[in-house]
Amino acid sequence: MALPKIETRNVCKVYETVAGPMTAVDDFSLDVADNEFVCIVGPSGCGKSTYLRMLAGLDTHTSGTIQIRPGNDPKKPLNSVVFQEYAVFPWKTVIENVTFGLQMRGIGKEQRLETANYWLERVGLRKFANYYPYQISGGMKQRVSIIRALANDPEVLLMDEPLGALDAQTRIVLQDELLRIWEETHKTVVYITHSLDEAILLGDRVILMTAHPGRLLTTFHIDIKRPRTIETLNTPEFAELRGAIWEQLGKEVTRAMEMQA
Amino acid sequence: MTETLERATSGMFRRIPSVRNMQLGLPAALLLLTVVAIVWNGALYLTRLWAPLWWLALFGDFALTVVAAERIGRCVPPTYRKLYERTLAIGFPVMALVAWQLIVDAGILSPLWFPQPTRIAKALWDVTVNYDRASGTSLLGRPWLIPSRFEHDGWAGVWALFAESHVWATLGRVGAGFVIGAIPGILLGVVMGINRTVRLMLDTTLSAIYVLPKIAIFPLVMLMFADPFGEGPKIAVVALSVFFLMAINTMAGVRDIDPVFLMAGRNYGARGFQLLWHVILPAAMPVIFAGLRLALGTALIVIISVEFLRAKQGVGFMTFYYWEVMNPERMYAGLVVVMVLGVVLAYGLQALQRRLMPWQR
Ligand SMILES: Nc1ncnc2c1ncn2[C@@H]1O[C@H](COP(=O)(O)OP(=O)(O)OP(=O)(O)O)[C@@H](O)[C@H]1O
Ligand SMILES: [Mg+2]
Repeated sequence: MALPKIETRNVCKVYETVAGPMTAVDDFSLDVADNEFVCIVGPSGCGKSTYLRMLAGLDTHTSGTIQIRPGNDPKKPLNSVVFQEYAVFPWKTVIENVTFGLQMRGIGKEQRLETANYWLERVGLRKFANYYPYQISGGMKQRVSIIRALANDPEVLLMDEPLGALDAQTRIVLQDELLRIWEETHKTVVYITHSLDEAILLGDRVILMTAHPGRLLTTFHIDIKRPRTIETLNTPEFAELRGAIWEQLGKEVTRAMEMQA
Repeated sequence: MTETLERATSGMFRRIPSVRNMQLGLPAALLLLTVVAIVWNGALYLTRLWAPLWWLALFGDFALTVVAAERIGRCVPPTYRKLYERTLAIGFPVMALVAWQLIVDAGILSPLWFPQPTRIAKALWDVTVNYDRASGTSLLGRPWLIPSRFEHDGWAGVWALFAESHVWATLGRVGAGFVIGAIPGILLGVVMGINRTVRLMLDTTLSAIYVLPKIAIFPLVMLMFADPFGEGPKIAVVALSVFFLMAINTMAGVRDIDPVFLMAGRNYGARGFQLLWHVILPAAMPVIFAGLRLALGTALIVIISVEFLRAKQGVGFMTFYYWEVMNPERMYAGLVVVMVLGVVLAYGLQALQRRLMPWQR
């Protein structure tokens, strides 16, 4: 078997706070294969964002090992993050935001614009290329944030609740869009979400985390066949799997609570 | 927010019974208000109370004017709203100037302290067109002489004209001091905002110096220069006051940056100077500009006080000089020039901000 693209072994994160040490992530191990779409679901505050930041190298871990294996092309960035808070730069236009990663890597202007225009076209933002973020809606901002990561063409894509703050309709539109983009690119993705349905729809694997401290509770393999679309939500296959997961989930949660008691 | 406040208090003056209950038409209401104004001022005048109680009389007149303006405002159709508001904003100061003129003409206020606006305007004209032989200066440097001087003496002649100007002297000092102080101040502020150690080491000291009235360090600054009466110390004291203010402000601005922007910058490959240029500076820009506006005010205070103390030229010198020779009109003219300078510079800063920060509404 090929080596995993992402390798996380026994990772702990302890925040030193005034009130004493606070364990945010405890003994978390996760391997992600190349071209795999892994979803992480867990209650608020369980350390999902913390894990993603450590994965991205934006935060240190207290113990354990984290590794993202570089690919064949050494110029490709290892990872790009879609942040929970969008983090679209208000002082840059839409297109400047999308080309930001490429610009930082010293890629020529012509190629930058070509890539950016492709992605803007892709998500229907071509007309808004020269708008500033304050001039576009929240859904558009999140689209900008997503294609900023995609345009950067990283080895792995790390997405932190990218659709969390959106209304139901926009969410569905973007879920569909994400599915289509993934079918084309087959990127390795770690995708954090609150919604189990979204995780089942998008992921090859769904990881459930417990709260306080964040531990790995259980893993589900989602073998609904690809390509999936938003219609997949209405298939009997989806409903069946979803029911099975909820059933098992109930047991797992009860067991976890008993263990803590 | 201000609009809600305005709506909540807009009834205040309408609650004055005579205007509200009678439901008068516009001409009748204005007539009534005029009569009230005449009675109010006339009664005070006839009882010889107007002069000693001029502040009370003027307060009453002001209140009546507000009521009248509000009454007119209610009849203005929306298309003329902007015009009405502009008339109010410009008309009132003009009216106040006219009132000032009349009150001094009537001998109620002494022209020694409050020379009539017309005389101030005349003085302003005089100092602009005339060359003051005693001090070798003029207000603007008589720009209409530029062509003929250029013919005679070339650029040296033009330079001599600039060199005799009060306004250019002050502007030059403020401009040079501002640039020399603001750029290093912003850079130090960025370093202090990013680096905890530097911040802890310098913060107390900078805050202590910051609260020091800048004019108090002027003697010290003069000691440090080979020519204590030259331009050096004057520019330096402006630069110093701007420097500390900008360092402290920029530090606050940088510390206030949402960490997610820094994370995004780093994650997408920005390092060092790139991070500074593409993320830190633009993110702190609103606070930096708030600091620059404050710094401009401080710079003007400092330069005018320094020119009061030690200068042979400059708008502050001019104001003080005409106080010394007991020429209140020209002293007022100096104050007007200071005001205009302040407004023009603030406007320039605002224009710069709009250019540099197009992403702001
Ligand atoms: N810098 C920090 N210092 C101390 N504690 C922190 C810090 N950052 C996060 N935490 C704590 O770590 C825990 C996990 O936070 P994290 O943001 O990873 O949660 P999350 O799973 O992403 O939650 P959500 O779903 O609401 O986004 C929380 O209890 C939080 O209070
Ligand atoms: Mg989170």
